Amino acid sequence: MNIRESAIRLINRIYCTLKKYRSGDDLFTKKIDAFFLEVVDVHKFVTRFFKELFTKPFEFKEIINQCYQVGFKSVPLITLTGFVIGIVFTKQSRPPLVEFGAASWLPSLIGIAFVRALGPLVTALIAAGKVGSNIGAELGSMKVTEQIDAMDVSAVNPYKFLVVTRVTATTIMIPVLTLYCTLVGLLGSYLNVHLNEMTSITAYFESAFSSVSFLDVYSAVFKSIVYGFTIGIVGAYRGFNATNGTQGVGKAANRAVVFSMFLIFAEEITIVQITNWLATL
Amino acid sequence: MTDREVVISIRDLHKSFGGTKVLKGINLDLYRGENFVVLGRSGSGKSVLIKVIAGLLKPDSGIVNVLGLQVDLLSQKDLQALRLKLGFIFQSSALYDSMSIRENLEFSMIRNFRHLSTKEINIAVDEVLEAVGLREKINQMPSDLSGGQIKRIGIARTLILRPDIMLYDEPTAGLDPITCTEINELINEVQRIYNTSSIIITHDLTCAKATGHRIAMLQDGNFSRVGTFAEVFNTDDISAKSFFDYNFIN
Repeated sequence: MNIRESAIRLINRIYCTLKKYRSGDDLFTKKIDAFFLEVVDVHKFVTRFFKELFTKPFEFKEIINQCYQVGFKSVPLITLTGFVIGIVFTKQSRPPLVEFGAASWLPSLIGIAFVRALGPLVTALIAAGKVGSNIGAELGSMKVTEQIDAMDVSAVNPYKFLVVTRVTATTIMIPVLTLYCTLVGLLGSYLNVHLNEMTSITAYFESAFSSVSFLDVYSAVFKSIVYGFTIGIVGAYRGFNATNGTQGVGKAANRAVVFSMFLIFAEEITIVQITNWLATL
Repeated sequence: MTDREVVISIRDLHKSFGGTKVLKGINLDLYRGENFVVLGRSGSGKSVLIKVIAGLLKPDSGIVNVLGLQVDLLSQKDLQALRLKLGFIFQSSALYDSMSIRENLEFSMIRNFRHLSTKEINIAVDEVLEAVGLREKINQMPSDLSGGQIKRIGIARTLILRPDIMLYDEPTAGLDPITCTEINELINEVQRIYNTSSIIITHDLTCAKATGHRIAMLQDGNFSRVGTFAEVFNTDDISAKSFFDYNFIN
C-alpha cells in the first residue's frame, strides 16, 4: 500500500466518523447530545428559579411550611449525627495530641474542624440524603401522577408553588442546621473532654473558639447557603423531570441524592481553595 | 348547530412524538353548550388532543383556537388566564394527595382570586361539593375516597373556577357500571347547570351515548366518523362496527 492509498483510506475513515457523528447514529454521540441538552435544561431551570423568586405572587405560607419540613424535621437526625461525630472525633484525636504533649489544643482543633468543615459538610450530606431524596421523590411522584399538570391547568404556577418554595426553604434552613450541628458537635466533644480532663464548659468553648476567625464563620455560612441551594435545586429538578412511573420516582430520588452529594464535594473543594486564598491576602 | 358560537376551533392539527405521528390533520369545532365525545382505542392520541387544547403540549403545526385565542401563541400569563376558563379532568383525577379535599378544592381559588374572603371561598367549596353530592367528605384525604368519589372531586375541583369549557379525559375509566352511569349523569348535569361546553375523551360507548351530542371516532390520527351516536354507528364500516360490537356485545 503506497502513501497515496493510505492517505485516501485515512480521509475516508475521518469522513465516515464525521458522517456517523452528524447523523447521530452512534450511541456515544447520542449521549453527548443528551448531556448538553440536559446542561441547557438545568441552566433554564436555575435561571427560572431566580426569575420566579422575585416575581409576585409570593408563597410565604408554603415557604414557612417547607422551612418546617426541611428544618425542624431534620433536627433529631442532625442532633444525633453531630453529637456522635463530636464525641468520636474528639476520642480519635486525643491520643496523637497527647503523644505530642498538645492535649490542651484539643478544643481548638475540634472548634476549627467543626466550624470550617465538619459542621457544613455533615449537615449538607445528611440533608442531601434526607431532604434531597424527599424533594425528588415527592415532586417525582406528583409529576408521574399528573398532579403538576393539574396545577398547571388550574392556572396555578407549579414551579412557583413547588420549586421556589422548596429551594428557598433549603437555602434558608441548611445554614441554620449547620450552626446547630456545629454547636451540638462541640457539645458532644465537650462531654468527652469533660469526662477526661474535667474542663468547665466556659473554658472549653473559650478555647474552642479562640482559633476560629471571622472568615471561618463567614465561609461556613456561605458554604451552607450554597449547599442548601444545591440540595433544593437538584432534588426539585430531578423530581420535576421524572418520567416512567414509579420506577422514575425512585430514580429521581436516587439521582437527587447522588448528584447533590457530588456537587457538594465539588463546591467544598472550590470554596476551601477560595477561602485559603482569601486568608493569605 | 352552525349558527352557534364556536368555543374551540382546531384546524389541521399535527402532533408527533419522536418519529411517531399521533395526530395527522385534526379539524374540530366545538359549539357553546355542546358535549363532544372523542372515541378511540388506547394510544390513538385522544388524550394528546385535549392536552394540546389545554396548552400542556405544543402542536407541531395547525391552529388551536380556544375562546378566540390561539393557544400556542399565548404568553404564560395569558395562558394562565385562559386556563381559568378551562376545566381539565384527568383520567386519574390527579388530586393533590398531600392535601385534604377542602384544600384540593380551594387551592386554585385562593391563588387565582386573592381578593376573596375565607367565607366566600368556603361557600364556593360547599357549593361544588353539594353539586357532586360529596359534602360530607370535605375534611377527608383523597386516599380515603373510592374511585367514583375521586372522579367526582376531580370534577368539583374544576367546577369551582366556573369554567366555560370542560375537558374530560376518560371520565369513566376503571369504574363499575353503576358508578359509570352516575358519572355520566353528573357530566350532563354539569353541562346543564353550568352551561359548559365539553370534550369527553373515552373508549366507553355507554358514556359516549349518554353524554355526547356529537361523537367523533379518532383513528390513525384523524377523525374517521363524526356525527350523532346513531350516525356514527349505523354503518357497515368495519372499524366502527367492531368498536360497537366489542362494547355492547362483549
